[in-house]
Amino acid sequence: MSQLIWNGLFVGAFYSLVALGYSMVYGIIKLLNFAHGDLYMLGAFAGFAMLGAAGGVFGSMTLLPLLVVLVLTMAATGLAGVALERVAYRPLRGAPRLSLLITAVGASFALEYGMHLVAGADPRVYPVRLGGTTLDLLGARVTVQQLVLVLIAVALMIVLNVLVTRSREGRAMRAIALDPRAARLMGIDVDAVISRAFFLGSALAGAAGVMAGAYYGKIDFLMGFLIGLKAFTAAVIGGIGNIPGTMLGGLLLGLLESFGTYWLGGEWRDVFAFGVLILFLTVRPTGLLGERVTERV
Amino acid sequence: MSAPGTGGASGLDRVSGFARGLFDSRWPGPVLLLAALLGPFVNATPYALNLMTTTAISVMLAVGLNIVVGYCGLLDLGYAAFFAVGAYTSGVLATRFDWPLLATVPVVLVATVIAGIVIGGPTLRLRSDYLAIVTLGFGEIIRITANNLDVTGGPSGIHGIPGLFGGEDKVVFYYATVVIVALAVIGAARLGRSRIGRAWRFVREDEDAAAAMGVSPYRVKLAAYIAGAVWGGLAGVLFGAHLSAVSPGSFRFLDSALILMAVVLGGMGSNPGVVLGAIVLAVLPEALRDLVDWQYFVFGVLLILVMLVRPQGLWPARSRETPQDAARAVRPEVRA
Repeated sequence: MSQLIWNGLFVGAFYSLVALGYSMVYGIIKLLNFAHGDLYMLGAFAGFAMLGAAGGVFGSMTLLPLLVVLVLTMAATGLAGVALERVAYRPLRGAPRLSLLITAVGASFALEYGMHLVAGADPRVYPVRLGGTTLDLLGARVTVQQLVLVLIAVALMIVLNVLVTRSREGRAMRAIALDPRAARLMGIDVDAVISRAFFLGSALAGAAGVMAGAYYGKIDFLMGFLIGLKAFTAAVIGGIGNIPGTMLGGLLLGLLESFGTYWLGGEWRDVFAFGVLILFLTVRPTGLLGERVTERV
Repeated sequence: MSAPGTGGASGLDRVSGFARGLFDSRWPGPVLLLAALLGPFVNATPYALNLMTTTAISVMLAVGLNIVVGYCGLLDLGYAAFFAVGAYTSGVLATRFDWPLLATVPVVLVATVIAGIVIGGPTLRLRSDYLAIVTLGFGEIIRITANNLDVTGGPSGIHGIPGLFGGEDKVVFYYATVVIVALAVIGAARLGRSRIGRAWRFVREDEDAAAAMGVSPYRVKLAAYIAGAVWGGLAGVLFGAHLSAVSPGSFRFLDSALILMAVVLGGMGSNPGVVLGAIVLAVLPEALRDLVDWQYFVFGVLLILVMLVRPQGLWPARSRETPQDAARAVRPEVRA
């Protein structure tokens, strides 16, 4: 029982981290960035390349180089997110929503199969593997590394939340979310703020990618597809566009999946998760903490 | 969508004038059908027949998806799910219960309509972008379910599906497919020009205005969704009969995205364009075998480019409706 809860929370922390980027971008410009899961994949590969290049330098230590690589990867995927927005989404601002969704699907394809061209179809084995010491915590087997990863995830989420709710930049983001035109009239550089939102969201996805690579030990070019879907599910459960709600949604989805797997068997896990998504959209489309939004005309 | 391209130089003008004449003329359809019918006389190797049959089936899929995406403006990223529902329903009935394949068609119709209602019912009331991702999730649900259940044969799928008339020749099957697909294309085109077709375009362009004029956006969207589901399901029957086997591997997100690609590339809402897009996308990978690794990357980039540069597609949709058409179409039923 407590093992199930812990597993759920652990996976849920990953979902939350990826879902936050989804939710932020959606909250601000109402764009479903389908390529978001692929930025997670990009992060995993960027981390893989950096760890491979720096393999000899750090020797046997694993956690410190991992943290350095984590920060560098976040910068790299953040910039990739900014570039993506600049090339694929910005020219279409104001275009029909269908066009934006289609470019987002195109961007996702281009990233996935671009990585396929670069790195090949076979899964890569991560140079750093976090396994190791287990602790017994309230009857659940917990590894120290799991704890560290969850702590990093929570720290990142707290930093993001403070940025968005307390900083000047965050206020600009919230203003754009409410009314982009009024925000522009108030002197906010809308394009620049949206770029920064993409940077933050993509950086979080990249961090999750490195962490997943280090924890699961294997990465491949399609790894972002499913987690992108799950992250969206998490965002919807919590209330898309709402940051605390999204975190909650990620954890909740992790827990639901953990218990669903236990009851139904692992092969039904994804069916269960998407079933939850459809149920939520039917019963409470605004999510647990989201406020009612009407489609803008 | 944006205005048709306006050529700058006089040469460009002549080209675009010719293109416009081509787009508006009525002969591409019959000529294409004739070409499809004559195909086996030119080259009847099993490879060519196989390619032509596959192309015809993808034309049908693209035309069906066009009803949802092109006419009604709803992004469906799990269209392969309806394709799978059709293929599996007919396949299971034909192999496990020894039904003749044609007899399974009514059941397939019922199953796809139910699938359309189950997935469209709750989500079509929501924001349009939710629909996109729910359809994506639904596509995965169908594929994983088919993969896990025993009745669908698990990962290896179903084998030994009979032909349409019970083990006919490949050429006969090809001709049957061409006829069915031609009917499907004509049917979709006529639906697009009908009363409901106008309602679809109205809802696509301005949902609130449509609602204000007494068109129920929800019901109209659901109708588009169900129509798309039926087209996809029937194409699935053809697909199963063609390959004599179906397995979950044929219904990945990739396959849904390829159909969408055909629709977007050809021109959303434009039947000739969508047919052209499906043919190009089915034949091109065969022609460029060596570049198979690049294929999907190029598709992704193309999707972005088309949206940025030519959102109306290769062969844009054009309303051929005259005031007389409109007047004629209003007459039949006067609803309160």
